[in-house]
Amino acid sequence: MDSLRVLLVDDEEELVETLVERLQIRGIHAEGVTRGVDAIQRIREGDFDVVVLDMKMPGLDGLEVIGQLKHDRADIQVILLTGHGSSEDADRGIKAGAFDYLIKPVDIDELIEIIRKAADR
Amino acid sequence: MAQPAAQQQTTATGQPPAEEGYASDRYRRLFKTVALSTCIVALAPLIVLAVLNYHQYKRAYRADLIHPISLLTSNTKRSLEFFLSQRRSALNMIINDKSFDELCDQVRLEEIFTNLKMSFGGGFVDLGLIDDAGNQCSYVGPYELEGINYSDQQWFREVSLRGVYVSNVFKGFRKVPHFVIAVKHETGPRSYHILRATVDTEMLNDRILHLSERPSSDAFLISRKGVLQSPSRIYGDVLDRFPLEVPPYSVKVEVIEQLDERGRPLILGYAYIESTSFIFVLINRPEAIMGNWLSLRSEMIIFTAVSALLILAVIFWGSNYMVSGLRAADVKRAAVFHNMEYTNKMATIGRLAAGVAHEINNPLAIINEKAGLLKDLVLMSEEHPLNDKFCSIVDSIIKSVERCSSITHRLLGFARQREARTEMINLDLLLKEVLGFLGKSALHRDIEVNFDVPDDLPAIESDRRQLQQIFLNIINNAFAAVDDGGRIEIIMNEPEPGIVGVSVADNGTGISKENLKHIFEPFFTTKKGYGTGLGLSITYGLVNKIGGRIEVDSVEGEGTTFAILLPVVGKNA
Repeated sequence: MDSLRVLLVDDEEELVETLVERLQIRGIHAEGVTRGVDAIQRIREGDFDVVVLDMKMPGLDGLEVIGQLKHDRADIQVILLTGHGSSEDADRGIKAGAFDYLIKPVDIDELIEIIRKAADR
Repeated sequence: MAQPAAQQQTTATGQPPAEEGYASDRYRRLFKTVALSTCIVALAPLIVLAVLNYHQYKRAYRADLIHPISLLTSNTKRSLEFFLSQRRSALNMIINDKSFDELCDQVRLEEIFTNLKMSFGGGFVDLGLIDDAGNQCSYVGPYELEGINYSDQQWFREVSLRGVYVSNVFKGFRKVPHFVIAVKHETGPRSYHILRATVDTEMLNDRILHLSERPSSDAFLISRKGVLQSPSRIYGDVLDRFPLEVPPYSVKVEVIEQLDERGRPLILGYAYIESTSFIFVLINRPEAIMGNWLSLRSEMIIFTAVSALLILAVIFWGSNYMVSGLRAADVKRAAVFHNMEYTNKMATIGRLAAGVAHEINNPLAIINEKAGLLKDLVLMSEEHPLNDKFCSIVDSIIKSVERCSSITHRLLGFARQREARTEMINLDLLLKEVLGFLGKSALHRDIEVNFDVPDDLPAIESDRRQLQQIFLNIINNAFAAVDDGGRIEIIMNEPEPGIVGVSVADNGTGISKENLKHIFEPFFTTKKGYGTGLGLSITYGLVNKIGGRIEVDSVEGEGTTFAILLPVVGKNA
């Protein structure tokens, strides 16, 4: 098992579940939550290297979660997921401190590559 | 996604193209109406005033000219009539006072003749008495006339009939012009005698000649048959023919204007002298007197013409300025209106597209991940005869997801409203993106689109959205121009360093030479009923805005080529 610990945050439960399973198949310790609040809670409890975060979620959205994370755990790297097909929202996320972004739907290998790069930082 | 492009063709606006005369009949008509009505309002009073003044001045000058002539003619007529009446009265007095026998006495007649000459200061040449048979009874004078019978002569018959006779002027044996005055005295029912005197015309002429002193005037007597009865400065000596027509009879003094034998104008005053065949004529050449009038007339004409020209120039300039301003305002207003409408439309499409893309991308992501997981599981499981088949199916699902994903990305990439900004753009990619929207239309209508891009073309610095608009308009127009099964060729090149050219050629209907002059003008359209005529005008404006230029070449029935030349370095760089 890889030592990497990844938290997936997306309001689409099925997507989170599937991605978690696929990452685990590839030897990455992955967990998933569907709400921003849960994500912050889980990060405080756990020891994650990378957070893969959806931009648009009900309640706390991606940018707000980044803001909170940078406050609590500045060492955690964040990778953004966006469904908007454009880089503008993601640009705002990068400015807020995210490591990189991916546009949905994502390729699993690409995701893992970016996760590793983020973890190596 | 072809819809926004098609709508852009008919609703969006841009910068109006350069002025090239009047864009449409509407403005030409407006210009004509404004210019014409202003001309009428401004010029009509001027012309009416000028004409009125002209006639008023002319009347005044003519009155100044005619009045003195009329006065002189009238005075001279009275003077001549008085002169003749004096002589006639003297003869009447003698014939009534003296008996026939007394007058027949040669010595007595000589005494009377001497007294007559003394009393009237000369002028009488001879004096004779004629009986009612026409026989000369006595005679005093230079000729040998005793015993001559006048009964068959016209003057004798006339004096016998009317009682008095004044002859025309004639030259006697002495070649001196004179005329005859004869008066009749009746002594019984059928008996009478006649006293006949010959009068020298010199005294008569004295009353006329002083009127001819001025070079522009001439005064003389003519007979009713048009023979000069006194010398004329212009028309010759006594008994010469008066070359002009004898003026018509009138009891009073008349002044007429007519042309002389050389066609020059003259003012002719005349009066028929009572009881004679003499007509007194006073001629005045108007040139001298009318000189002032002619000079005034020239000045009036020049002043009126210069004023009219000035007014016309101001009206032309003013009307042109006004109509041009109006047209510019119309174009600007229409451009702003359409641009706003277009911007709003694009913003709405952008919001809609973003929402749709997001909603579709999430389920697509789930499908993608589920399919991926399925593949993972298959690969992890024990070897199964259908594993390859499973993997192939899953790959197919993932590919379809990718296709859907590229569609939503492209949709967002085009429709998203962004502020205008300059960036480095690969024109070939941008053109392919634009063509992507029209691809389906090309397929349905079987239109062949050839795309020729050299490898070494530089990227250009420009505004992506404006370039998209420009090429959508041009390519959409090409699609509209060709029939189903037609051909469109898009060729990119670098005609000169720093410039990238894109030519879009179609083999469609082409544009007539007449229409070609107007295609970039706002509101000009050949799409009857559904075109606003703004598409190419916008394109022209956009190309100008980003520092490029657009050229068009067309042969009717063969096709049209639009060439867009864009600077590699942006206008604002």
